[in-house]
Amino acid sequence: MHDRTIGRAAFLGILGAGAAGLFFGRDALRLAGSVVPDSVEAVVPASGWRIYTIGSSIPSIDPQAYRLTIAGAVERPVTYTLADLRALPRVQQVSDFHCVTGWSVSDVRWAGVRFRDLLDEAGVRPSAKALRFVSDEVPYDDTLSLPQAFAADALLALDMDGKPLSEAHGFPARVVMPRMYGYKSVKWVTRVEVQTHLDHVGYWELRGYDEDAWIGDSNGL
Amino acid sequence: MTRTGSERLVPRFGATERALHWVHASGFLAMLATGLVLYLPALSELVARRNLVKNVHLFSALGWAVAIVLVVALGDRRRLAADWREIEAIDADDRRFLRGRRAPQGRFNGGQKLNVLVTAAFALLFALSGFFLWLGERDHRFLFDGTGTVHETLTLVALGLLVGHLYLAVIHPSTRHALRGMTRGDVREAWAREHHRKWVEELERGL
Repeated sequence: MHDRTIGRAAFLGILGAGAAGLFFGRDALRLAGSVVPDSVEAVVPASGWRIYTIGSSIPSIDPQAYRLTIAGAVERPVTYTLADLRALPRVQQVSDFHCVTGWSVSDVRWAGVRFRDLLDEAGVRPSAKALRFVSDEVPYDDTLSLPQAFAADALLALDMDGKPLSEAHGFPARVVMPRMYGYKSVKWVTRVEVQTHLDHVGYWELRGYDEDAWIGDSNGL
Repeated sequence: MTRTGSERLVPRFGATERALHWVHASGFLAMLATGLVLYLPALSELVARRNLVKNVHLFSALGWAVAIVLVVALGDRRRLAADWREIEAIDADDRRFLRGRRAPQGRFNGGQKLNVLVTAAFALLFALSGFFLWLGERDHRFLFDGTGTVHETLTLVALGLLVGHLYLAVIHPSTRHALRGMTRGDVREAWAREHHRKWVEELERGL
C-alpha cells in the first residue's frame, strides 16, 4: 500500500465509522456493553441518566413543608401533603425513559399515583380538557391533555427504582409519561391545574420544542 | 537555522500551524469542560446552571468553527497542505515507530501523524454529531438513534488522547521540549536530531 494511502484510509475510516455511528451507534454500544464490565458502565453514564435543570440549583424541597395543590376546573380544590399522596392508591410500573436530546434509560421502576386517582377527591369538571403541571423549578411547566394524562402508563411518580425520588430526579413528586419525550415529565411538581382549554404550551414548547412529544421511530423505538 | 548562546535552534512550526493548534486546543478545552458538566450527572447536579453551560458549549462550538476557518483562510494554506501531505504519509519508518521499534523520524513522528489524523477526523465528527444533537432537539426527524452515543464516545476517547498528549508535551522528560516548538516555533537542533533525525537531515540538505 502506498504510504499516503495508509494515513488517508485511517482518516476516512474514522470519519465513516463515526458517521455510521449516528445511526447505529447505540446498537454497537449495546453490543459492546455486553462484554464491558459493569464497573466501567457505572462510571460512564453511557446508558444512564443525565440530570437536566433550568435554574441555578437543584430544587431542595422539605418533605414536611411540601404541598401539592390541585386547582382549576375542579369541584373543590385540594391540597395534599406528601403523607396524603403516599396514602392514595399506589401503582407500580416498569417503563423506559427517553430524552429528546437523544439518550434513553431502559426499565425504570416507578411507583406512584395514577392521575385519575390523584384527581378523584377534587373532582374534575366536565369542561376539563388538560392538566398543567407546575414545577417548583420556576418557570418550568408542561401540559398533558386529559386523555394523555389518563393513559394506562402515565403516573405521578413518588418512587424510582425502589426508593423515594432523589432531589435530582424530582423529589418528592414528578410526572412520568413514558411514551413522550422527557420534557413532558415535569419534576418537582407542586401544582396541578385542571384547564378547560387544550393548551399544550410549556417551558420547552415556548423554546422551540415540539408540542407533540410522542416518541417516534426516530429515537430507536 | 538560528543560534541563541550555545544552542542551535531549528524552526519547527510556523505562525499558522501554531494558531491552528492553539485555536483547536482552547475550543476543545472549553467544550470539554462545559460538555462534561452537561454529561456527567454528578457535575450536572453540582453546577446545575444547565442553560448557561449549554449556551457556553454551543457558542464555544460556533466560535471554534469560525476561528478554525479564519486561520485556514487567512493563514499559510500552502504550508498547511504540505503538513497534511506529510501527515498522511505513514512510511515504513513510521510503521516501525508505531510498533514500538526505533526508527528515524521526520518532522512528525508516526505517533504524531496518527494523532493529527485522529484529531482531524474527530473534529469533523464532533461538529457533525453536535450539529445533529442541536437540530434533533428542535426537529425530532433529525433525532438519530446514535448521535449522542457518537458525541459521547468521541469525548471519552479524545479525553484519553488529551491525557497522553499532555503527558508527552508537559511531563515526559525526553519529549516535553517539543512544547517549545508549539509555543515559540523553534526547537533545539540537538533535540530535533535525536527525535526527528530525517527532518534535520532534510534541513541540512537544504530541502
